[in-house]
Amino acid sequence: MSKARSRVIAGGAGQAAEAARLTAFPRETTTLGIFARLLEDERVLGSLLLLPTVVLLGLFIAYPFVKGVWLSLTSATVGNPGEFVWFGNYVKIWNDSIFQRAAANTFVYTGVATVGKLALGMWLALLLNRHFRGKRLVRASMLLPFIVPTVLSTFAWKWMFDPTFSVLNWSLYHLGFIQTRIGWLTDPTMALGSVILVNIWRGMPFYAITLLAGLQTVNPELHEAAAIDGATGWQRFWRITWPLLLPVTMVVTLFSIIQTFADFQLVYVLTGGGPANATHLFATYAYQIGINTGLLGEGAAVSLAMFPMLFLIVVIQLWYIRRVEGA
Amino acid sequence: MAQVMMKDLNKKYDEVHAVKDVNLHIRDKEFVVLVGPSGCGKSTTLRMVAGLEEITAGEITIGDRIVNDLPPKDRDIAMVFQNYALYPHMTVYDNMAFGLKMRKFPKPEIAKRVGDAAEILGIQELLKRKPRQLSGGQRQRVAVGRAIVRHPQVFLFDEPLSNLDAKLRVQMRVELKRLHDRLETTAIYVTHDQVEAMTLGDRVVVMKDGWIQQVGEPLELYGKPANRFVAGFIGSPSMNFVDVTVADASGALWVETAGLRVKVPPALSGRLGAYKSQHVTLGIRPEDLRVASGSDSADYSFDTVVEVVEPLGSEILLDLKAGPNVIVARVEPTVRVKHGDKMRLALHPERVRFFDNKTELAI
Amino acid sequence: MAGRAGSGAGMVEGSRWHKWVFFHVPLMVFVVGTLFPFYWMLVTAFRPDGELYRPWRAVNNTPFWTTQPTLEHAIYLFKQTMFATWLWNTMFIALLSTLISLFCGLLAGYALARLRFPLAGGLGTSIFVTYLVPPTLLFIPLANIIRDFRLGDTPWSLILTYPTFLIPFCTWLLMGYFKTIPKELEECARIDGATRVRAMIQIIFPIATPGILSAGIFAFTLSWNEFIYALVFLSSPQQKTVPVGVVSELIRGDVFFWGPLMAGALLGSIPVALIYSFFVEHYVAGLTGAVKG
Repeated sequence: MSKARSRVIAGGAGQAAEAARLTAFPRETTTLGIFARLLEDERVLGSLLLLPTVVLLGLFIAYPFVKGVWLSLTSATVGNPGEFVWFGNYVKIWNDSIFQRAAANTFVYTGVATVGKLALGMWLALLLNRHFRGKRLVRASMLLPFIVPTVLSTFAWKWMFDPTFSVLNWSLYHLGFIQTRIGWLTDPTMALGSVILVNIWRGMPFYAITLLAGLQTVNPELHEAAAIDGATGWQRFWRITWPLLLPVTMVVTLFSIIQTFADFQLVYVLTGGGPANATHLFATYAYQIGINTGLLGEGAAVSLAMFPMLFLIVVIQLWYIRRVEGA
Repeated sequence: MAQVMMKDLNKKYDEVHAVKDVNLHIRDKEFVVLVGPSGCGKSTTLRMVAGLEEITAGEITIGDRIVNDLPPKDRDIAMVFQNYALYPHMTVYDNMAFGLKMRKFPKPEIAKRVGDAAEILGIQELLKRKPRQLSGGQRQRVAVGRAIVRHPQVFLFDEPLSNLDAKLRVQMRVELKRLHDRLETTAIYVTHDQVEAMTLGDRVVVMKDGWIQQVGEPLELYGKPANRFVAGFIGSPSMNFVDVTVADASGALWVETAGLRVKVPPALSGRLGAYKSQHVTLGIRPEDLRVASGSDSADYSFDTVVEVVEPLGSEILLDLKAGPNVIVARVEPTVRVKHGDKMRLALHPERVRFFDNKTELAI
Repeated sequence: MAGRAGSGAGMVEGSRWHKWVFFHVPLMVFVVGTLFPFYWMLVTAFRPDGELYRPWRAVNNTPFWTTQPTLEHAIYLFKQTMFATWLWNTMFIALLSTLISLFCGLLAGYALARLRFPLAGGLGTSIFVTYLVPPTLLFIPLANIIRDFRLGDTPWSLILTYPTFLIPFCTWLLMGYFKTIPKELEECARIDGATRVRAMIQIIFPIATPGILSAGIFAFTLSWNEFIYALVFLSSPQQKTVPVGVVSELIRGDVFFWGPLMAGALLGSIPVALIYSFFVEHYVAGLTGAVKG
C-alpha cells in the first residue's frame, strides 16, 4: 500500500492537497480489497446480482417443473412414491370423459372470456380517454375488480348468483324480463356462462387500463387530421387507433390468455367444477384429482396438459416482442 | 496535474473496430481536443481513458501509472458529460460534494472546495437547488463545478456544449478556456464541432474511422492539413476540392480540368513533378479566393458563373461554377453580383493544396 | 397541447343526445356493472340475517338497502373465527415476500439493464418466461417439495414461493425503469470515486424510487390476492391467509354464512384497496409496465 502511494506521489506534483487526496484511497491488497476489485468486473458483478433470483427461481420453478414431469410419469399418491408408469397417466386422462370436458371448457372459457375482455376493455378505454368530470375517480374505481382479492370478490358474485336469494333474479323479475328464476350456477350450460361473465368482469379493467395507457401515447393530432380528412369516429378507430394500439393489444391479450387458460380461483369458488363436472377447467380438475383425491401422478399430468398450449403462447409472445423491438 | 499517454490503443466491439492503433502523448497542463465526425472513435478513446470502456489492446498511462486495469474511481480524473449527468435526487451542493464524500474528505474541506468552485463559476445562489430547477447553462456550470472541486489530475469532457443553444455555447466555450488557463489541469475534450476544437485546443487531434488523421496546433491543422479529410473537416465553409490533371506546358507545371486551368505554385512544383499527367485533387479554401482584379496574374485566376449568393452581413458566400466544378468563395460584403453573373476569381497561390487521389495525403 | 390530450377531446362531436347515447350511458353502465358486486358486499355485510334470507319474491323485500344495519357479522368474524389472525398472516406474508422480491428484482433488473456479461440475454429471457408460468401449472409438485423442505403449513411456504411470480415481474418492471435512467449518471459516479455497487445503491436506486414503489405495490397486491398456493400449502386455521380462511372456515359443508362471508370479503379487501387508493398512479404504472416491460 505505501509503495503504491509513494509511486504515485513521485509521479504527481506532490503537493499538500495531493497528499490529502491520495490518502483517501489507498489501494488495498487485503482479501476485502481483492473482493472489491472483483466487484468492479461486470461479469462477476452481473452474475452475483442475479444469483438470488436464479436460486429462488431454480428452486421453486425449475425444480418443481422437472419434479412435476417426473411425478406425472409415476403412479405416486399422497405418502406413496408409486412406481414409474411411463405415459400411463396421460393415456388415462386422455380417455377420461371429465378431462375431455375440462379441456373443452378451458378452451371455450379462454376464448369467450378473452374476446369479451378485449372488446369491453377497449370500449371502456376509449370512454376513459375522453375528458369528463370525475375522470380520475372513475378510472381509479374501474380497477377495483382487478385489485380486490379475486376469491373475495367472487364470493360476492356467488352470493349474487345464489339459487334462492339471487339479487340478479330479483331485479330481472321486477323489471319484467323473467318469470322464473335463472339457475345461474345450477344449470350446467348457464354455469359456464356465469363463470365466464365473472372472469370478464374481473379481467376487463386490466385491458381497459393498459389499453388506456397505450391510447394516451397516440398523438391526438392524428385524430384531428383524420377528422378533417372526413373520417367518422368508427373509421378513425379502425384506421388509426386500432393499428397504432395493436402492439400493446397483442401483448396484453397474450398475457391475459395465459392467466385465463390457467385460471383456478373463479371456478373453484363459484362451482367447484360442478354442476356434474360441467365447469371444470384444467386447473380445477388437477386440484380435484391431485389434492382432493390424492392421486399426485395423475393430477400432475392434468396440470401439465396445459403446458403445450402455454408454451405455444409464450413462444408467440417472445416472437412478437422481438419483432416489435426489432422493428 | 499529469500527462496522459496512449500507446497502440485499440478497441474492438463484437463486429466493430472502433479505435485503431491510437498513439498520443498529452503533456501536463495541455488542453487537447479530439475532434471528428460521429463514429470516429473519439468518444470511445475518451471513455477508455476514463475507464468506462475496457481496453482491447494497448496501454494508457495517467501520470506515470498504467491505468489499464484500474477502475474509474481510482484513476483520479473528472468527467463532464454531454447530458451533464447531474444526480437528479441531490442538490447542487451534494452533486458537487459527491466525489469528495466518496473520497472521505473532511466536511469543512468539502464545504470550502465547493464554495470556491461555486464562486469561480458564479453558481453560489444555486447550491440548494435540485438539477431540475436549473436552466441548461446552469446545469452545465454545475457539471463543470462538480469536476473541478476534486482537483483531479485530468479533466475529461465529452461533448459538454452540444446540448446548449448556439449563443450559450459560445459563451461557455470562452469560460471553459478561461477556466483552463486558471486551473492549468490537463484536459481532454471531445467534440464534433471543429470550431470548438480550434478555439479551445492547445492541440487538436482529428480522428476518422478509428484512426488518428492528424495531431497538431489549430493553425497547423488549418494551414497544413495532412490529408484531404483533415483539410475538408477543419474550416467552415469547408475547403473546395477539384479533381485536376497535372500537365507540363511551356516549361512550367499546370493543373487543369474543364473550366479551370492554373499554374502550380513554384513552392509545390517540385513535389508535384512526380504526378505528371496524373490526376490529383486541388484544394483551396473559400477565404483564399477573391474577385480577380487587373493586378492578378492570369496564371492564378479562372472564370466562373454565379449560382447562389448568400449574404451573411460581414461577408458573402458565393456558390460558383467553373465549368462543371462547384466552388464556394468567401468575398467582401461589398461585392454586388446575382445569379447568372459571370465572374473571374483569383486564388492565393501560397494557399493552394494538392492531395494524392489514392492515399488522400497532402502532396 | 396539454388541454388537448386524449383522442379528439375538444372536437365538435355532434348533438347532445349523440353524446348521451354513445358516451354517458355506456360509461354509467360500466361504472354500475363494475362496482355493483362491491356494493352488494357492503350491503350484505351490514344486513341482519333476518333480512338476508327473505324469499326473493317476498313483498317486503328491499334488497338494495337495509333499514337496520348491524355489526353482528363483523363481530362474529372476529369472535368466532380467527379472522384477525388471517389478516395478520396475510399482511406478514405479503410484506415479506414483497421485500424479498424487490430485493432480488432490483439486483437482477439492474444487472440485466446495465451490465454486459455472458448469459445476460439467456437469463433475461428465462426470467421473462417464468413470469408467464402460472402457479396452477406447478402447484402439485411444489406441494411435494414444500413438504420435503419441511415448510408445509408455515408462512415460509408462501413467503418463499410467492417470489417465484413476483421476482420476474419486479425484475421486468425495474429493468424497464433502469433503462430510462441515463447511464452517464453512474458513469459519472464511478469517476467521482464510487464503486459499481456504490453507484448502483447511492445513485441509481434512489432515482428509481417511483419504479420501486410501483413494483412493490403491485407485488404486494399480487401476494395479498394469491390463492392456490395458500390453499394447498396451509392446513391449520391459525396459519391461513384471508382468502383461504374465508373459503374454508366460513363454509360448513353446504351451508354458507353469507353475512360473515361478505363482511370478511369486505374487510379482507380494505387493506389492498386502501393501499391502492393512496398509490393509484404507481399501481397503474406498475400494471402497464408489467405488460410493456
